Amino acid sequence: MSAELLDPEDVSPPIPGDLDDLEESHETDPSASDSPLITRSPTPPIANLDRPRRPPVYYATLPIWKPTYKSQFISSRGNEYFCEVDEEYLTDRFNLTGLNTEVPYYQYALDLVTDVFDLDADDDLREQIEKSARHLYGLVHARYIVTTRGLAKMVDKYKKGDFGKCPRVMCEGHPLLPMGQHDIPNLSTVRLYCAKCEDIYNPKSSRHAAIDGAYFGTSFHSMLFQVYPALAPEKSVRRYEPRIYGFRVHAAAALARWQDQYRDDMKTRLRDNGIDVKYAEESEEDDEEDDEEDEQIYDTKGDKTAGDAASARMELGR
Amino acid sequence: MSSSEGAPESWISSFCSLMGHEFFAEVSEDFIEDDFNLTGLQSQVPMYKEALEMILDVEPEDEDEEEEEEDEEEDEDEILGDEKPAGYRRAGDRRHARVASDLSVIESSAELLYGLIHQRYITSRPGIQQMLEKYEMQHFGVCPRVHCNGCKVLPVGRSDTPGQETVKLFCPSCQDLFTPPNSRFHSVDGAFFGTTFGCLFFMTFPDLDIGPRLDSSLSAMSPNRASSLASMNNQVSPDIPMPGQPAEINGVRTVNFCPGLGIGKVYESRIYGFRVSERSRSGPRMRWLRMKPTNIVELNEALRYEGLHGPADNDGDTEMGPSLGSAQNSAIAKRKKAPMRRRRLNPDQMSINGTEG
Repeated sequence: MSAELLDPEDVSPPIPGDLDDLEESHETDPSASDSPLITRSPTPPIANLDRPRRPPVYYATLPIWKPTYKSQFISSRGNEYFCEVDEEYLTDRFNLTGLNTEVPYYQYALDLVTDVFDLDADDDLREQIEKSARHLYGLVHARYIVTTRGLAKMVDKYKKGDFGKCPRVMCEGHPLLPMGQHDIPNLSTVRLYCAKCEDIYNPKSSRHAAIDGAYFGTSFHSMLFQVYPALAPEKSVRRYEPRIYGFRVHAAAALARWQDQYRDDMKTRLRDNGIDVKYAEESEEDDEEDDEEDEQIYDTKGDKTAGDAASARMELGR
Repeated sequence: MSSSEGAPESWISSFCSLMGHEFFAEVSEDFIEDDFNLTGLQSQVPMYKEALEMILDVEPEDEDEEEEEEDEEEDEDEILGDEKPAGYRRAGDRRHARVASDLSVIESSAELLYGLIHQRYITSRPGIQQMLEKYEMQHFGVCPRVHCNGCKVLPVGRSDTPGQETVKLFCPSCQDLFTPPNSRFHSVDGAFFGTTFGCLFFMTFPDLDIGPRLDSSLSAMSPNRASSLASMNNQVSPDIPMPGQPAEINGVRTVNFCPGLGIGKVYESRIYGFRVSERSRSGPRMRWLRMKPTNIVELNEALRYEGLHGPADNDGDTEMGPSLGSAQNSAIAKRKKAPMRRRRLNPDQMSINGTEG
């Protein structure tokens, strides 16, 4: 904890006050540091209760405010996607299995992340250790966010829209989730997953574009919707139809018809397995009309028969 | 603008250099001066004449000329709260009544008028050429979709009527529409670009390369990324085209037809490396949106129909260019191809004969 690092010399001058006040602040402190809300609150996180209490010498009672590494990391610019990893999670060696080979200066980095770092290092070394600490935090973060508590924290952030909104017009600003395309670090940067169109996008800010995708991992967002299936949004069949002077463009429309066929095939396939797939538009009549319109266009070329649909299915089989 | 201190900047170029107006092309004055190009705009834009004068940097004209326009402008003046009976009106009075607040009305009218002219201009030959230059310089940004590999996008509107929706970006690689990332464009009207422009642009320049750009700075994180990616998607590599693909499909060159779609370009969610099953409650449901047939010939609906039902009446429309049928296309297709090739060659021979003889 931060207070252990504090030498008496670092401590601010004594502030006169009675002991009851101090006792109170000590009691509120542990809960504050555990809370998932990361705020730069002016209440100083002081020593934890487990430490043997010093005799009530005045100079040591109210140390200057020193934020934990984690809270500092979370609140710094560009790190808005991260959530705060629990202290207990971070200190459980089992959760860190294998990371010691991945992170240089592993022990120092871990000390820094858990706020027990007390090495007098020169600037160069210090910088490297800080870099390692960031890397370590990211890798632990990837493991943490697929745990129950981590998922809950990320769901909160998701609901607040901390990860941005889907750029696709038809998704109407659906909130995104961060993810990586690889679980191995240094392979790709962070991407954003939209649950509505089930596609992945690049973050629009260059600050976020520099974050390693492995700090979120490939499994997290899928895990989130497995654990919270109710959060999965209603899917939509709406799509952009390119038009020239009001007329649909043949190439795009032909692809759209093919895609509709593909979707219908998937629906029948799933219905055969007893799963009903619902799209947002299907409760309304609009979509039906659109489909009919498409079919009518088809009809002008000839009868659209069952054989046509069957052939499409056959071709898809390849 | 420091460069043009001597000659005052024209309204058009100052408008186009405003913050948030980076997508606009500078409409040539010749285009605006041609009345044909402005057909029908008079009824859409309040204070049309003043707005047009402002755009063209013309000093307000004399009274007698203005009087001709009076009829059209009367209703606008009433909107502005001029309570004098209509009979009283003299052009001179109206000029006195024109105050600073009027100027801002004209300014906004001018912007609306310019936008509507712009919508028409960028579908004209010089306009689309100008937009091509802007497109190639990546003025409009790139597609945010990961599998589009930073494909350049075009500004389009979803409506041709002003005041309905803001400008959107059209990606030719996934044929989808995106919101501009920068919020400064969230106040630009989409009608100033129009619904037609996006598609017309790519049909005007069919050879424009919209394929993946591997030099994309977004993907450059590690040198061995490309190789590792290739090993990760152990599916049919999408970059290697299937044999027997036609050069053109439905009027679009095959290489330029939605290169960002199809197997390998569809995101599959995985948990610990295992794909999430379709049968899962939160399994994939939107794969169709980013799908494209591996064999592009499947999109030739006329050919497919003929393969099933025999040749339809040849009314000319059903012939879809030199369609190199794959194995699935039966003898009918082959029979069709022979005369088609002959017919296609004929004009060439004719012209050769013409030049020689």
